[in-house]
Amino acid sequence: MLDVQDLQKIYTGRHRNVEALRNLTFHIAEGELVCLVGPSGCGKTTLLKCMAGLLAPTRGEVRLDGRPVDGPPPGMAVVFQEYGRSLFAWMNVRDNVALPLRRKKLGKARERELVDHALEVVGLADAHQAYPWQLSGGMQQRVAIARAVAYEPKVLLMDEPFAAVDAQTRAELEDLIRRLWRELGVTVLFVTHDIDEAVYLGQRTIILSKSPTVVQEDLTIDLPDERDQLHTRSSTRFAELRAHVYEQIQRAKHHSGDTEAHTEAHTAAEDRIPEPALQKIEP
Amino acid sequence: MTVVAVVRRTLLVLGLPVVLFALWWFATADSTDFYFPPLATILESFGKVWTGERLLSDVVPSLLRLTAGYLLAVVVGVGLGLVVGMRRTVRDYLEPVLELFRAIPPPVLVPVIMLFAGIGDTMKVLVIVSGCMWPILLNTVEGVRAVDEVLSDTCRSYGITGTARLRHLVLRGASPQIVTGMRQALSIGIILMVISEMFAASNGLGFTIVQFQRSFAIPEMWSGVLLLGVLGFLLSLLFRFAENRAMAWYHGLRRAQRNP
Ligand SMILES: Nc1ncnc2c1ncn2[C@@H]1O[C@H](COP(=O)(O)OP(=O)(O)OP(=O)(O)O)[C@@H](O)[C@H]1O
Ligand SMILES: [Mg+2]
Repeated sequence: MLDVQDLQKIYTGRHRNVEALRNLTFHIAEGELVCLVGPSGCGKTTLLKCMAGLLAPTRGEVRLDGRPVDGPPPGMAVVFQEYGRSLFAWMNVRDNVALPLRRKKLGKARERELVDHALEVVGLADAHQAYPWQLSGGMQQRVAIARAVAYEPKVLLMDEPFAAVDAQTRAELEDLIRRLWRELGVTVLFVTHDIDEAVYLGQRTIILSKSPTVVQEDLTIDLPDERDQLHTRSSTRFAELRAHVYEQIQRAKHHSGDTEAHTEAHTAAEDRIPEPALQKIEP
Repeated sequence: MTVVAVVRRTLLVLGLPVVLFALWWFATADSTDFYFPPLATILESFGKVWTGERLLSDVVPSLLRLTAGYLLAVVVGVGLGLVVGMRRTVRDYLEPVLELFRAIPPPVLVPVIMLFAGIGDTMKVLVIVSGCMWPILLNTVEGVRAVDEVLSDTCRSYGITGTARLRHLVLRGASPQIVTGMRQALSIGIILMVISEMFAASNGLGFTIVQFQRSFAIPEMWSGVLLLGVLGFLLSLLFRFAENRAMAWYHGLRRAQRNP
């Protein structure tokens, strides 16, 4: 479905060039839910923009269903990290959510239904008429999520979408994303800096190194498919995976495309999750 | 708004003008200076001069030309501003030239425009356009340039392109700057309305005021000046009223940013 091949991105500026991404290769299958973590400034947003066709990579390519992405592909929705700036300040919440749907010409009734439903599921059923600047950061973020949900995308890219919401809402939204993912069969790439979230949410977690960035680890999250905040988070396997991701992120702060060759042997030996732990969970 | 708030605002708006008028009134009350007649005399001639036939023969034509010139300047300024603002190459080439044109004081263009547009209404409207369009144009360019990058990316990724993008993103995003340009253009427009009529005209406010001055009808001349002041004041009130309605979102946004 989504193929990232040898992706490199160098920002060329007047005074300096920044190699945000060194060489990334990974694959996301149709209907997968993949989380992406990495140190701050390692190029997660850059990667997402390249995948969304908003930014041309310096080298390598992104393919969607086999076709190279050279502009924003239809059927893809992006929730941006700067949620406040991604909303139209001159439109109320309802119009913000409805605007991308107009182009789809679904008919008034269907459009209304989608908007109502999307705002309902993110818990903004009574904020239709409010303007974005009248809402808290967390509410604004939920408007951006509702807009993506109403759009009924095939691929959903989310860039730290829960950064501004409180813990309680965050847990609810995590479950919402999992529910939508399972119900709609949408393919999701979810960027987060929250380790718990990276483990809880997805089927896989891709850990990026610091800049210049390579894929440090592509970890399968072998938790049962039925997840809930209470039991999943208190399971032994969750704790193990969490500890593992934590270690990897600590290591990522020193590891980059430049140190790659150097640390290869070391990581290979140490990164394997202890076998006994695996046996504990699989009956 | 509550009644109290309305009263407060009215007092705020009218307070200073009332004080100034009072000062004028008392300072000239027993003036015998031919050129500075008492305000009472001016007001008396105001009633006589501007209520009858002159309202139709001079005030209305002036205001019509102002309206036509101003609206045309808005259309041209915003239209060109969008093109220049959205195309980087066009902008790089044109911006220095535009700054140059803007620096030319519009009144000096009157003789030039008279050469090819004659001395009729066309000339006067063109003079107003030539002065009003620059602040609108340059502010529109600024506004288009300042359209948020994240919002622009959002539109692209949701396939909001072409005229939908222009309507929902570019025009609305640039509207605070466009309105600023329009506000500046309004006062320029009033000045040019008068000046264009002073050069060559057979009617209009500027023409009438000059006529009074030449025939030493001093109180009448002053009443014309007074009328211009009042008109300018009313037009800016009207502008502010329209702006408050159209830009309510922007004022709200600014308030929210000031006290987060
Ligand atoms: N438009 C740009 N021009 C130049 N450099 C840029 C640009 N955008 C990002 N960068 C640089 O690229 C690197 C990666 O930035 P990016 O925003 O992709 O990181 P990130 O992983 O999303 O960070 P965060 O976790 O803080 O959101 C940074 O060093 C940043 O300074
Ligand atoms: Mg980022």
